[in-house]
Amino acid sequence: MISASGHSIWRRHAHASLVILKKNVLLYYLKPPVLIFGVVFPLFFFLAFKMGRNIPPGGVVPGMVAMALWFTASAIGPLVTPWERRAKTWERLISTPVSIHAILAGDVLSGFVFGSAVSVIPVILGLLLTDAHIVNLPLLVTGILSGALTFASLGVLLSSPPASSPSNIMLLSNLVRLPLLFVSGIFVPIEQMPAWAGWVAPLSPLSYASSLIRAAYGSVPYFPVWLCYLMLFLFTFFMFTASCRFHKMYRAKGL
Amino acid sequence: MASDPIKDGMNEMKPVIRVNGLTRKFGDLTAVDEISFQVARGEIFGFLGPNGAGKTTTVRMLTGVIEPTSGSATIQDHDICKESILSREHIAVVPEQANVYLDLSVWRNLMLMAELFGIPRNRRISSGERLLEALGLLKRKDSKARELSKGLKQRLMLCAALVTEPEILFLDEPTSGLDVQSARLIRKIVTELNTDGLTIFITTHNMIEAGDICSRVAIINNGRIAAIDTPGKLRSMVRQGRYVEAVFGDQSPPSQKLESIPGVIRMESDQGVFRLYTETPGSVATKLAVLAANLGFELEQLNTCEPSLEDVFLYYTRDGGSR
Repeated sequence: MISASGHSIWRRHAHASLVILKKNVLLYYLKPPVLIFGVVFPLFFFLAFKMGRNIPPGGVVPGMVAMALWFTASAIGPLVTPWERRAKTWERLISTPVSIHAILAGDVLSGFVFGSAVSVIPVILGLLLTDAHIVNLPLLVTGILSGALTFASLGVLLSSPPASSPSNIMLLSNLVRLPLLFVSGIFVPIEQMPAWAGWVAPLSPLSYASSLIRAAYGSVPYFPVWLCYLMLFLFTFFMFTASCRFHKMYRAKGL
Repeated sequence: MASDPIKDGMNEMKPVIRVNGLTRKFGDLTAVDEISFQVARGEIFGFLGPNGAGKTTTVRMLTGVIEPTSGSATIQDHDICKESILSREHIAVVPEQANVYLDLSVWRNLMLMAELFGIPRNRRISSGERLLEALGLLKRKDSKARELSKGLKQRLMLCAALVTEPEILFLDEPTSGLDVQSARLIRKIVTELNTDGLTIFITTHNMIEAGDICSRVAIINNGRIAAIDTPGKLRSMVRQGRYVEAVFGDQSPPSQKLESIPGVIRMESDQGVFRLYTETPGSVATKLAVLAANLGFELEQLNTCEPSLEDVFLYYTRDGGSR
């Protein structure tokens, strides 16, 4: 056993988060619910939107990237904790000298890495198969990374209710993710949506990530770029803080 | 509640666990009700109680899984609530249900726990291999945990706990439902670890196990500590459980004659073995020998016996355990 006095607390927590990330990669990235809700779901949404419409293929790439990021980054969080509660490994995890913040940060990192990595696929396919082209690569990269962090935090927040069945949490997560998908300018730019949708759009973190990604592909961003970064940061901060609070509150439930 | 012998100077070693008025309520139900005790360094402390008595809730509070409603406890002088992470650095837990990661290999399960405790790479690899060897799992190192039997999973749990180099090991029903070999191996390893200085806090239903390996035991019933002492002292405290056991030759004296011996509280007989329960076994044994001689019956065996730990347990836990 290594005493905390020998290391900085932050270093210990960061190390623990990376260990949790490694565990999640090994255990959860290829679980069927992650593949279905994280990869297959957005693909079929894209096909449903694209089929039979006279939209230039390049025009849908930014939306496809944002949607893939939305579903993949937020798919890991709702699976991990309920799965661990059901398998009774959660009890063992929280009896280790690792704070709940570090455990949840590890879960956020897992969604962040998964979302960022999978969203590269539509970016590459878009470049290879369509006329879409990236006009601002740093904006695309930072948009994807900051969006992935925010959406992964949303996934962890959604895993807070003390359910021991992953399917219940997956259901809840889709109840939240699907409505937000339609008001965030993925399929139709926000400026072309009805007025009410324009009022709701700022409440969705996806709107800001989508705006950044569209801007990277040459569209005029709906929100100023600085506001997108600020809002994604604030969403991440508040959702992660709320997750920690809820997980502490429900720590003993469902053991 | 019985006095805690640590405070009486029986064990002069420094307490590594101090529990003071620890209480846990779930709604209206008080699962653990103001329990207090101490565990000294190097002890094997048994925590016995019927189902629902509060054993697992107590272990969960001490291991930081749930917070107490009131009261306090320290692990190596770290408060379990205020310094939860520091207190958890000193412990490892083997829960009743083997909760290994089923889709990870035996080796990865071990390394995951060691890494979470910050054990350096070289040390965790060497100690992991040593532990797998000691618990007969080295050949299954690369097997997925889901391929292991219940007994092997429990051994893996013990390995995963020990690879974190704990000072205090919590074992919650470690041999419950295991095959004889696995249960015996786990008991052997636990005893050896204790000889090497590891403090062990064990909850069990198995009275023989508790009597064999525990330095002290606490009996918890309805959330309260009913008794706490060494197994030997607990046995001697339950005077009604003492008895004289007699086996006669070809013929036995009539039961009425045996029951009428002064000092006999009640008598049981089973296949020629007579048990005469008494608070004064020495006196009753003498009188029984005289009676047998006077009536012309041959005595093949005559023993005075202390109650078993099971008798002690039943004494303290029946009728709500109000003694």
